[in-house]
Amino acid sequence: MILKGRVWKFGDNVNTDEIIAGKRLLTLDFNEIAKYAFEAIDPEFTKKVKPGDIIIAGDNFGCGSSREQAPIVIKKLGVSAVIANYFARIFFRNAINIGLPLIEAPGAYQIINEGDIIEVNLTEGVIKNFTTNKEIRFKKIPKFLTEILAEGGVINYLRKNGEFKI
Amino acid sequence: MPTITEKILAEASGVKKISPGEIVNANIDIALTHDALCGPVAREFQKLGLKEVWDRSRIVVTPDHFIPAKDMEAANLYLEMDKFVREQGIQNYYPIGNHGICHVMLPEEGFARPGTVIVGTDSHTCTHGAVGAFATGIGTTEMAAVFATGKCWFRVPETIKFNITGRLKRYVYAKDVILNIIGKIGVDGALYMAMEFDGETVKNLSMDERFVICNMAIEAGAKNGIINPDEKTIEYVKSKTQTPFKIFRSDENAVYREIIPVEADKIEPTVAEPYLPSNIRTARELNNIEINQAVIGSCTGGRYSDLEIAAEILKNRKVASNVRLIIIPATQKIYLKTLETGLLRIFIQAGASVSTPTCGPCIGGHMGVLGRGEVAIASTNRNFKGRMGDPTSKVYLASPATVAASAVTGRITDPRDL
Repeated sequence: MILKGRVWKFGDNVNTDEIIAGKRLLTLDFNEIAKYAFEAIDPEFTKKVKPGDIIIAGDNFGCGSSREQAPIVIKKLGVSAVIANYFARIFFRNAINIGLPLIEAPGAYQIINEGDIIEVNLTEGVIKNFTTNKEIRFKKIPKFLTEILAEGGVINYLRKNGEFKI
Repeated sequence: MPTITEKILAEASGVKKISPGEIVNANIDIALTHDALCGPVAREFQKLGLKEVWDRSRIVVTPDHFIPAKDMEAANLYLEMDKFVREQGIQNYYPIGNHGICHVMLPEEGFARPGTVIVGTDSHTCTHGAVGAFATGIGTTEMAAVFATGKCWFRVPETIKFNITGRLKRYVYAKDVILNIIGKIGVDGALYMAMEFDGETVKNLSMDERFVICNMAIEAGAKNGIINPDEKTIEYVKSKTQTPFKIFRSDENAVYREIIPVEADKIEPTVAEPYLPSNIRTARELNNIEINQAVIGSCTGGRYSDLEIAAEILKNRKVASNVRLIIIPATQKIYLKTLETGLLRIFIQAGASVSTPTCGPCIGGHMGVLGRGEVAIASTNRNFKGRMGDPTSKVYLASPATVAASAVTGRITDPRDL
């Protein structure tokens, strides 16, 4: 699985209220609420982001609430992957479960700037920065989680397998 | 030698011994959801093409987030929850009139039992570790998988033990203790790990206060918060349910990633500044901060003992003229008790606005949403940007005592200075 896109950069401890505020959770039309993604950080973000773009953040991305709408709105915006030094645990599970690739790549934040064009190779565990010609390797996620991602999320995975094959 | 968290996960997964880092597939004892997310869970569950949930007796549903319906969208969310619950014949349903904030209601109704595995579609599900259970928050799609299979996979967490010792000062509570712990280790200080709270201070805490400590484990990134059950736990749980339970405790020589000592006797009334629960200062240091609103409620600060403390401070006093004080008893049972014991009269005479149980303002839903640039102090658990309303508003977190004292003076106030 290879993803290529333009980078948007966020800081440390980006929390689920900032990704999608509690007051937006009333609507189950996720395309509609995706318009409000990251509104507390950058109200213009959803107008600027394009399908295929990649988000990169510092530490503890997705901390806070268990709301699955957080990874869902990111996916709905067309973001192809999120890279961070590390993720908050519920956000991590939710993203895998809905089929949004997450990459824990400590150090990537330092070699990637906003607007850079990068390529993420999930199979090989490599990020290439075409803007700066730098490269960084990351630890691949466990195989059984890759299988969930490959099915597009846990619902499709369970429909196929009936149970978790750990 | 294993910790309590490892023992519970081993038992639930049907294996003899497990180590941190292993992935296990655990049987779920209780699955909890509420009005905001039951509908989304139901939608995902239906995609699986199954007719029935795995066990109607192990699912608990109570509306709490946006109720009574704050608008038409909330009303429709409620309907989706109600329809699914009735169609599936979910046995433990607490609709409006019988409702409560889920993390206060679950133990009150006897569903939080030692030795069990509890998952909820809410990050503060870690609250229930206070009875010696493994309890953690999950997302909606994951809950649909639990409803289908009765199982959930977990990476067995390493455990950090907090050895909390010393006698708490007057007007210092569990809330101040946990804010100090988060302040010390940071909002990711226990990422992916279990936080085990131990020591003489914890043994002396009431069950209400133990729930407060475990409730905020997630604010340090933890997978679960947990307290080894003792006589107090057993007495509490037996007073709520006849259902038998199994006690697990950490071995004396259990292996921890780290043991962190906490000197509780040195803790002062504490406040977390915006925009992270780890930004702690003493209430006295923030005495110049003026407030527009004070909130006493939520799964962290709306239990009966919280309201009793608030009443002690508010009795024969008035809320400052430029402050709105909003008090939200966490469950219908607690609400009724405030009526019977006269707390409700004290609150209303002090000038507080008292509401039916709801999460309401804590998530910026309703019942006290903040406007542009407004400042609130709240006995809730999160102070992220825009959490209680407008993105330019600010939330300071504190104990119910500090919130009540601040409501009286109109600025952040150490209750000892009132």
